[in-house]
Amino acid sequence: MSIESTHSHDNDAHPAAPGDHHDHKPTGFFNRWLFTTNHKDIGTLYLVFALIMFFIGGGMAMVIRAELFMPGLQLVEPDFFNQMTTMHALVMVFGAVMPAWVGFANWMIPLMIGAPDMALPRMNNWSFWILPFAFTMLLSTLFMDSGGPAAGWTLYPPLSLQGGQSFAFVVFAIHMMGISSIMGSINVIATILNMRAPGMTLLRMPLFVWTWLITAYLLIAVMPVLAGAVTMLLTDHFFGTSFFNAAGGGDPVMFQHIFWFFGHPEVYIMILPAFGVVSEIIPTFARKPLFGYAAMVFATASIAFLSFIVWAHHMFTVGMPLMGELFFMYATMLIAVPTGVKVFNWVSTMWKGSMTFETPMLFAIGFVVLFTIGGLSGLMLAIASVDLQYHDTYFVVAHFHYVLVPGAVFALMAGTYYWLPKWTGHMYSETWGKIHFWVSTISVNILFFPQHYLGLAGMPRRIPDYSTQFADFNMISSIGGFIFGASQLIFVGVIVHCVYKSRKAAQGLVWEGGKGLEWTLSSPPPYHSFNTPPLIDPTTISHPEEAH
Amino acid sequence: MAHHADDQYYVPHGTKWPIIGSLGMITMLASAAYWVNDSTVAPWTFLAGALILIYMVFGWFGEVIRESESGMYNDQVDTSFRMGMLWFIFSEVMFFACFFGALFYARVFAVPWLGGEGTGAYTNELLWRGYESVWPTAGPDQLGGSFQTIPAFGVPFINTLILLASGVTVTLAHHALKKNNRGALVSWLLATVLLGFVFVFFQIEEYKEAYQHLGLTMGSGIYGSTFFMLTGFHGMHVSLGAIMLLVIAIRCMRGHFNPEHHFGFEAVAWYWHFVDVVWLGLFVFVYVY
Amino acid sequence: MKKQNTFIVAAAVTAAVIAAFWLILAAPGYTGNEINMTRGVTSQSVINYQLHMIILWICVIIGVIVFSAMFVSIVLHRKSKGHEAAQFTHSTKAEIVWTVIPVLILIGMAIPATTALINMEVAPETEMTIKITGFQWRWKYEYIEDEIQFISSLDSNSNAARRLASGTDPEDVDHYLREVDKPLVLPTETKIKFLITADDVIHSWWVPALGWKRDAVPGFINEAWTEIMEPGVYRGQCAELCGKDHGFMPIVLNVLPHKEYDAWVNEQKQLMAHEQANVDRLWSRDELMELGENVYATQCATCHQADGLGLAPAFPALAGSEVSKGPIGVNIDVVLHGRDGTAMQAWGNMLSETDIAAALTYTRNAFGNETGDVIQPQTIARIKNG
Repeated sequence: MSIESTHSHDNDAHPAAPGDHHDHKPTGFFNRWLFTTNHKDIGTLYLVFALIMFFIGGGMAMVIRAELFMPGLQLVEPDFFNQMTTMHALVMVFGAVMPAWVGFANWMIPLMIGAPDMALPRMNNWSFWILPFAFTMLLSTLFMDSGGPAAGWTLYPPLSLQGGQSFAFVVFAIHMMGISSIMGSINVIATILNMRAPGMTLLRMPLFVWTWLITAYLLIAVMPVLAGAVTMLLTDHFFGTSFFNAAGGGDPVMFQHIFWFFGHPEVYIMILPAFGVVSEIIPTFARKPLFGYAAMVFATASIAFLSFIVWAHHMFTVGMPLMGELFFMYATMLIAVPTGVKVFNWVSTMWKGSMTFETPMLFAIGFVVLFTIGGLSGLMLAIASVDLQYHDTYFVVAHFHYVLVPGAVFALMAGTYYWLPKWTGHMYSETWGKIHFWVSTISVNILFFPQHYLGLAGMPRRIPDYSTQFADFNMISSIGGFIFGASQLIFVGVIVHCVYKSRKAAQGLVWEGGKGLEWTLSSPPPYHSFNTPPLIDPTTISHPEEAH
Repeated sequence: MAHHADDQYYVPHGTKWPIIGSLGMITMLASAAYWVNDSTVAPWTFLAGALILIYMVFGWFGEVIRESESGMYNDQVDTSFRMGMLWFIFSEVMFFACFFGALFYARVFAVPWLGGEGTGAYTNELLWRGYESVWPTAGPDQLGGSFQTIPAFGVPFINTLILLASGVTVTLAHHALKKNNRGALVSWLLATVLLGFVFVFFQIEEYKEAYQHLGLTMGSGIYGSTFFMLTGFHGMHVSLGAIMLLVIAIRCMRGHFNPEHHFGFEAVAWYWHFVDVVWLGLFVFVYVY
Repeated sequence: MKKQNTFIVAAAVTAAVIAAFWLILAAPGYTGNEINMTRGVTSQSVINYQLHMIILWICVIIGVIVFSAMFVSIVLHRKSKGHEAAQFTHSTKAEIVWTVIPVLILIGMAIPATTALINMEVAPETEMTIKITGFQWRWKYEYIEDEIQFISSLDSNSNAARRLASGTDPEDVDHYLREVDKPLVLPTETKIKFLITADDVIHSWWVPALGWKRDAVPGFINEAWTEIMEPGVYRGQCAELCGKDHGFMPIVLNVLPHKEYDAWVNEQKQLMAHEQANVDRLWSRDELMELGENVYATQCATCHQADGLGLAPAFPALAGSEVSKGPIGVNIDVVLHGRDGTAMQAWGNMLSETDIAAALTYTRNAFGNETGDVIQPQTIARIKNG
């Protein structure tokens, strides 16, 4: 098979096995991890950091679900509950999902485009090493006298301005995360546009690379806007400006416009790389080329474009003029079209394939089904008139958790199982991977599906206690939450086992149906991924070109 | 490093600068947070953090400059740097876009609504009776007291000419560099730096005038807020740009750059033009219109 | 073979769980309030309910088609069954079809969605006006034409039961967290305009039976309208996070037929006259202390706590406080006008002069403050009216 021959050709031509003179792997813990400029080491740092944050944010979710297990307050005061919901969101969005995707980008983009490393390796180190400091600062607010931020991750004024001394720490922590994200995305753009091996034209790039290129543009465009928004909060709080104060001619709703101009693209920042990963995995296990590669690229770009003109659908209840509401409703409904194209293309990729169902594929299929459910409830939320009922209820909570948990997070898990053997050189335990998938999938639905009912029945979000009519489904949801939380320990167990204990060595081509440059390298790949650019031909690109 | 052939992409091996930068950044920002909460020690730790950051910048860029001067970067590396700078400037554009957005929103929507226009009839009648939508405004409660604005065709206009002139001088410096005319290069660069600092000086004088005589402060409602936020961040960028130009001028005096390879120069020149363009937007929408 | 069976069983279980949830939700005609959106009692709520069901069904049908295709493929096109992979890569025709058909479906949705939104936003000529103001954490209602106004807060039973580890089972409390001391009383079959705003932070006024919610934004007034068809009690609550007691500011509507409503209005007017008489007369210390204890318990104890010790750091103690023991004038000023940048509100807009005088007398003499001051409602009225 041509893949195998390319593989060996690569090894013959560029001896890059560990231990030879091309391997500059530094020695010593600090040298290796603190000072590293290596895309794989930095990718690992990002992924480990994201996993830790996933458990910190998850712990907060457990507090939330425990308090909501029954009506009445049993465990925490309402203010602490609000700190938990706020921090849970900030940690999961900025600490878990986004860094995890940057970790994937670091590990995989150079491998997928045939580059030795990222374009700006020193800056790469800095964009990671800002994060632990930023989150130390953010999490430390929980231990301050005034408590952590409690106005929701959206930080709407004037409520957020009631936050005490800790508020300034939150603002500066967000600034640091923004700097990190901007540097990370500049690096991704420079790498993709400048470091591709000769012959790796744009329309030959793996879809994961495409989705990350578009994600990076979104990040560069909106992270500075978030920085500006929180800066205005800071000056309103501490320096007497009145951006969000009507008495001075400002408007609290203006913050919401600026925030969601950032916030909606932010949603796609978290989900576009997931589309990319799933688009890599499904063809591999269906042993069949991705259906409609070009359409997938255009759909991704359309979604990204639309994400800039739909922000106010988060704000249908604030009292916008009718024309504004109509515009944002129509624009939002349009997003269903490119998203639909993606789902249809994934299903068509499976159609008439020769499928096997290893753990990555299971998670990818779980993603397609459950993300679609989240997408469809999103379509419902787009209808402005009905949104005046849905808005700020648990229906919204159910919606965005469907797209983020069995959406983005499942894709992260799919990607982890898919490339873990490539990263570590060992196979993970397929049995435990599958157990992890089934327990997670069943419990995630028990966790989030009843929340649709709660919202429709009238339960608002962000409340620590509720009327007794909501008791049943809250209890079911909490039980699902506890199982889902516990089942993630299996995930950690599988990873730890794979890294340290697994005796089963991984081949260069880990998956029978795997296509693309990353599979032409050994597992784990050499320290400088491609010392000299690899040969690009139809057998080494992950998605065969469409014959026209 | 001999085995890094010219056609190979230069990948540095380990660097201590980022972690130093992070330490400086957390020291500075955590201090800033304590500072706004009235800590008396924080200004000093803030300074310490800033010094660490400056040390980091010199160390990091010094290393890059040494590598560059010793010919370790090929054209591909050069392109990476160019893309990096370009997209960094784009992120800065979006940062300013955020504040311009706030200005436009306030002028087009918020203030007219408070004054009873559009959907604001009840808002005006029941909450802010008697308030009329005007610009500039300190809002219906006249927060910060009455104030006067800085006339556009005084110092701000002179500052516009200064920045435009500095855009010309930096371009002349670039041409001189391309012709390898070192004397002209350094002179034009220093002229640019001087114009930059003159601009900042005038801006500081304007701020003093605003605070001491015009009653215009950050607390002067939405006008004061947008005015100081936009001009303040712009002034900080001009100062930073002028310092960067100064560093480039010193490098030129030391014989760095050549007519073909002078990305450091170009990056700072781009940045300077960006700061220039932002000012034009400011002059039109903050001062004139 | 065994492996495959496990897979099918597990897939079936998951599919069944999801399908069961969807079917319960989508069951035709099911309007159970525990599980689906209410039909409500206004034209807007009925339109929204119908629109909700139409779109839900469209989504369910799309979901069923897409997932069926996928599961058929999963069952048939698997390697273990020896299925060979086809190698087709794209079809422009297919891409066009599944772009155009969704666009057509969306246009079909957009038409009723647009009319519904216009009906929601463009108010007809209305017959009466209610101004609603959100406070942390209660609602103030003003009947503009009838000049009636009052504050509506969480009722005392729920308020006691909702304390952390209160020992009261919420099941034993009537309408736990959905009951207020004074409901908003409205007439049926009357077109009512709502003018919604807030005093401190953003709130959102939501009664599902009316079919909409609207944010209460400080400094701005949002408009909404309704016409309620059936008398009854309708419950809702604040829908926008507004601080620690966001979950504890319910809304209760008591909708009465015209005649009963008119009677209620008259009764309120008499009460207000009575209230004016209260302000005019002199009160004894005991009277004030007794009323003050009540007012404190319902209005102040949320933050300053029943024992007057507050909740550090946001909510200061009153026991031994410089304000409660200091000059009366300062204390009255703080209570009437609130404190900027804190949760202390301007109570002058919310409570009657009598209630404020009583609460002040109480806090200046309780918790060991023993100032001996007696503050008369007249005094408050005089200061308030300048």
